[in-house]
Amino acid sequence: MSDRLTVDQTKAALVAAADAIIASTERLTKADQAIGDGDHGLGMARGMKAAKEALDKKPAATVGDLFKTVGMAIVSTSGGASGAVFGTLFTGAGKVLTADVLDAESFATALLEGQKAVQARGKAEPGHKTMLDALAPAAEAARANAAAGLPAAARAAAKAAAEGAERTKDMVAQFGRARTLGDRALGHPDPGAISVTIILDAFATAAGG
Amino acid sequence: MTKVQKIINDPENIVAEVIDGLVLASHGRLRKLEDAPALVRTGIEPGKVALLVGGGSGHEPMYSAYVGKGLADASVCGNIFASPPPNHIHAATVAANQGKGVLYVYGNYAGDVMNFDMAAEMAAEDGIEVRTVLVNDDVATDRPEDRRGIGGAFYIVKIAGAACAEAKSLDEAEAVVNKAQANTRTIGVAVRAGSLPETGEPTFELGEGEIEIGLGVHGEPGVERRALMPADELTANMIDRLVNDLPFKRGDRVAMLLNNLGATTQMELLIVNRKARQILQEKGIEVARTDIGAYFTSQEMAGFSITLIRLDDELARLIEAPCESLPFTQR
Repeated sequence: MSDRLTVDQTKAALVAAADAIIASTERLTKADQAIGDGDHGLGMARGMKAAKEALDKKPAATVGDLFKTVGMAIVSTSGGASGAVFGTLFTGAGKVLTADVLDAESFATALLEGQKAVQARGKAEPGHKTMLDALAPAAEAARANAAAGLPAAARAAAKAAAEGAERTKDMVAQFGRARTLGDRALGHPDPGAISVTIILDAFATAAGG
Repeated sequence: MTKVQKIINDPENIVAEVIDGLVLASHGRLRKLEDAPALVRTGIEPGKVALLVGGGSGHEPMYSAYVGKGLADASVCGNIFASPPPNHIHAATVAANQGKGVLYVYGNYAGDVMNFDMAAEMAAEDGIEVRTVLVNDDVATDRPEDRRGIGGAFYIVKIAGAACAEAKSLDEAEAVVNKAQANTRTIGVAVRAGSLPETGEPTFELGEGEIEIGLGVHGEPGVERRALMPADELTANMIDRLVNDLPFKRGDRVAMLLNNLGATTQMELLIVNRKARQILQEKGIEVARTDIGAYFTSQEMAGFSITLIRLDDELARLIEAPCESLPFTQR
């Protein structure tokens, strides 16, 4: 795969990420039942199904248009905290992707902008046992590997997200409904962090990484 | 554990069917929106400061049913125990707005705060001013910014409805509702879990003979697990937590709400009421008004909450003001 994705290729990668979430509904439900109320998987799947439909219908001139379409679809159909957070991630990332290609540089910038938007919206910080604990290291890894090209940067981001999600097992939640579980959530990873990992992993594979 | 038996159809349709039920029961006083699971009053007075409430479904009658004259102008219904998305809140905001802006009143939960904030930003782009009062009456959490919105939401919505009906501006309505919120405290207890209607699974586990004081309406952990104790002892424990928190002082005038979380009997609540009044009298706190019933539920959770709101003359007048809705009407 080349070092950059066209609008159509980026769309295909986003669809792959959506399919990966939909296929993981049960895994995400189980993860959320352990520390939340169990609606994360269904909410994410609902949002990603809507995102696929919207990507199909809505024309996109830039890569950012695609990300914004995904973000709006998730926000308006997922509901709950997941919808707001993941919708904000894609919308925030989309805002800086103003070209008609996605390269390693813009991918890294978009992840960081998405992370900033999520932090501004939710007032959470890395270390609070949220999806940020997968997203922040992913953004960092994408930046560190940007010179290696998009496939390598995307793969590094996915790997860092997976490691970050794993570390949330040892964290006590400071945010969201899981926060109120306190120590009872110890030993369980954050479902949102798992979702970030699934999305980045599928995206990286589609990007050739 | 055996699954809870529920009288429902397809779980996917719960929210839509509840909304239809409310519209039919309103006999023309409410309508549903086409593009969002939301209820709006018919004939909202032009130029009125609008009140919008909302949150996850499954807590009926809170928040969806408290729409009516003297109460909210619109309510937005999320999925079961999940915040509604911003586009739905925004649609209801536009429908409720009468040119004087919209006051949002909802519980302090992370998902709700994010989604309602996004809706408020969308409304601002339309030139609709929105203010927010977060209900955070639950004393089971230490940090006030972490406190959840539970049973006291009833008094705050009631007062907000009356305040918005007479307020000349959004500022004025916001100030009085903030005052109501700041003077409201609630503590709950659960003796048996409720279930998630989609799955029939309990939202938490309690051991045999165990109760949990301070447990949240979605099963969030409380302040302590204890063995079941007599009503008088439990009531004293809960009233002490409330009185010490604000604190309520000798000479204060309050309204008291004993809220049934779903499956507790009126019999039990009346026994609690007797002891609560005795303790409050000893403390020199005057109970000017009592409400007992199911105002904010969590499916068939067994348990109740006690809410005290400290009243001044303005709050006392607003809490007694007329209102009408399916679950609560006063003349």
